[in-house]
Amino acid sequence: MAAQGGKSALLSEQTRHEIDHWIARFPDGRQRSAVISALRAVQEQNRGYLTTELMDAVAEYLQLPPIQVYEVASFYSMFETHPCGRHHVSVCTNISCMLRGGMELESYVEKKLGIRTGQSTADGRIFLKREEECLAACTGAPMMMVDHEYHEHLTNEKVDQILDALK
Amino acid sequence: MGKWDDKMNLTCFEPLKLERSWTLETYQRIGGYEAFRRLLTEKPPREEVVNQVKASGLRGRGGAAFPVGTKWSFMPHKSPVQKYVVCNSDESEPGTCHDRDILRYNPHSLIEGMAIGGYCMNATVGYNYIRGEFLGEPVPRFEAAVKEAYEAGLLGKNILGSGIDFDLYTFVGAGAYICGEETALLDSLEGKTGKPRFKPPFPAAFGLYGAPTTINNTQSYASVPTILRKGAQWFADLGPKNSGGTVIFSVSGHVAKPGNFEVPLGIPFADLLELAGGIWQGRKIKAVIPGGSSVPVVPGDIMMKTNMDYDSLKAAGSSIGSAAVIVMDETTCMVRALQRLARFYTSESCGQCTPCREGTGWMDRTLKRILAGSADRADLGLLLDVANRIEGHTICGLGDAAAWPVQSFLKHYRHEFEYMIDHGGKSIVTATREAA
Repeated sequence: MAAQGGKSALLSEQTRHEIDHWIARFPDGRQRSAVISALRAVQEQNRGYLTTELMDAVAEYLQLPPIQVYEVASFYSMFETHPCGRHHVSVCTNISCMLRGGMELESYVEKKLGIRTGQSTADGRIFLKREEECLAACTGAPMMMVDHEYHEHLTNEKVDQILDALK
Repeated sequence: MGKWDDKMNLTCFEPLKLERSWTLETYQRIGGYEAFRRLLTEKPPREEVVNQVKASGLRGRGGAAFPVGTKWSFMPHKSPVQKYVVCNSDESEPGTCHDRDILRYNPHSLIEGMAIGGYCMNATVGYNYIRGEFLGEPVPRFEAAVKEAYEAGLLGKNILGSGIDFDLYTFVGAGAYICGEETALLDSLEGKTGKPRFKPPFPAAFGLYGAPTTINNTQSYASVPTILRKGAQWFADLGPKNSGGTVIFSVSGHVAKPGNFEVPLGIPFADLLELAGGIWQGRKIKAVIPGGSSVPVVPGDIMMKTNMDYDSLKAAGSSIGSAAVIVMDETTCMVRALQRLARFYTSESCGQCTPCREGTGWMDRTLKRILAGSADRADLGLLLDVANRIEGHTICGLGDAAAWPVQSFLKHYRHEFEYMIDHGGKSIVTATREAA
C-alpha cells in the first residue's frame, strides 16, 4: 500500500506482508475488505489484543477512516480491545456442549485458573474469554478452543494437560 | 450390516473412506473434477446445467432450503459486469458442525462446486467466507486444496485452455453468528460490521460491492459435482418428493455416539438415532431440536414417528433447518436449556432492529428470573408476548430464530416453567429424581 506515514510504522514487516497478501485478494480500491485480516494480524503481533494506536496504524495503512477499523474491532468476538492474557481459552457452553457438561467444564477451568470468565491470569499467561458461543464442533462436546486449536471430548484431566502445557 | 450402510456417504462424504480424503489425488480417484472438466470441454449452455441442478431437487443446506438451481437462475449471466459466487462457510448455528468436516475432509468438492457455479452464472471470481474460529484446521485444509487446484490448472485464468476464468479466494471472518445471514456476510466481506441488509434488492441484483452475487452454503456447493457426475435423477430419487438427495445430519447431545451422518433425506428419525448409538446411558428420550437451535423443539415421542425430510418435519411443527439434530434425554431441564438458547440470541443480535436487540435481552432476563426463583406466572405471558413481538418484525431471520425456541418450549413444556415458578426455582426434573 502507498500510505507509509508515522502511525503505520507500528506494523511489523511480517504484519504488513500479511495484510498485503489479503489486499491482493480483492479488487482494486476494495482494500477495506482486508480490515478483518489486518486486525487479526496486528492482534497476533501484539500477543493477543488491539490498542487504539495499532487500530489507527491499520486505518492509515488501509487508507480508511479510523472509525471503520474501530467498529469492526468492537463488533467481532475474536478481537480484544483491552489488555488480556496471551493464550485465549474459550469453553463452549452452548446447547450441545451444555448437554454434555460444558458448563461444569467451564466452572472447572475457572476454579483451576482462579479467575472468572472475561479475566486473565495474573501472570498474563491465559485469558479466559467470555462463555463461548457455538464453535461448530458439537459432535465432539464438550469442547474448548485454545488460541486457534480445537480440543474435543474433554474431561477435567484433559483440560489439566492442555492448560498446564501452555507457556 | 445396518440397513443404511450402503446409503451412507454418497455425496459430500464419498471420499471419506479413503486415505487422505482431502487431497486432489484422492478426490480425482472418486471422479472428482470430471463434471467441471466436462463443462470446460463441452461448454454446454449454462441453462442446461442449471436445469440439472434444479431437477436434482437440491435445496440450500444452510437452513433456508431455497432451491439451489432456482437461485442460480436469478443471476443476470449475460450482464457484462463482474459477478461473484460466494460460499457461506460461517457455520455457527448451534448444533451444526458438518461444514467443518467438508472443509477438513473433502475441500475439493466445495472448490469444484463453486467453480461449476461460476460457470453457470458466468462469474469469474469466488470467495469462500470461513468463520474465524476455523483458522486452526479447516482454513489451512481449504487453502491447501485451493493451491493444489491452481497448480493443476483447475482454477485461474483460461482454465485448461477453455477460455474460462475462475479465481477462488478464502476469506476468514472473526466471530459473529449474524454473518451467517447472507447479506450480513456480504457486508463482512466488504470489511464492515456484519449487519443484514434490507431485501430487496436481493444479492443476485445487488450483492458483493453492489455486483450480482449468489451465496450458497458449503454443503450446497459441495453436493453439486456429485449431482452432475451421478445424475440429477439419481440424486432426486435418493429422497422422498420435495426432498431430493442426501443431507449431513450433525447429531449431538444425549446420544451414545454423536457424529455427522450423511444419509438420504427421509430417513426415519428413529433410524438416525440408532446410527448415533441411541440415547446414552440407557435413558429415555425427552425432546429433539431437529434443525439447529433456531427451529422449534419437538417432543421425543413425536420425533420417533417422524421422518427427516422437509415436509415431514414441517408436519411435526418444526423444520430441517441446518440439519443439526440436538437430542435431549429425560433428565434435561427445559427451562435451563431455553435460557441458554436465549442468552445466545441476546449475545449474537447485531442490534440494528429494536425488537430483536431489546426483545432478546428481555427474554433472557425473564428466563434468568424464573431460574432464580423470583418470577411469577405473569412472566410466562410476558415471555411469549416479547417473542411474538420479535417474530416477523426484523430485517433478518435472526429475530424469528430467537422467537421460535421460546414459543415452542412454552408450547410443549409449559408445565416445567410453571413448576419452577411455583417452587422457587426448583426444576421439575430435580423434583422427579428426588421423588424416585
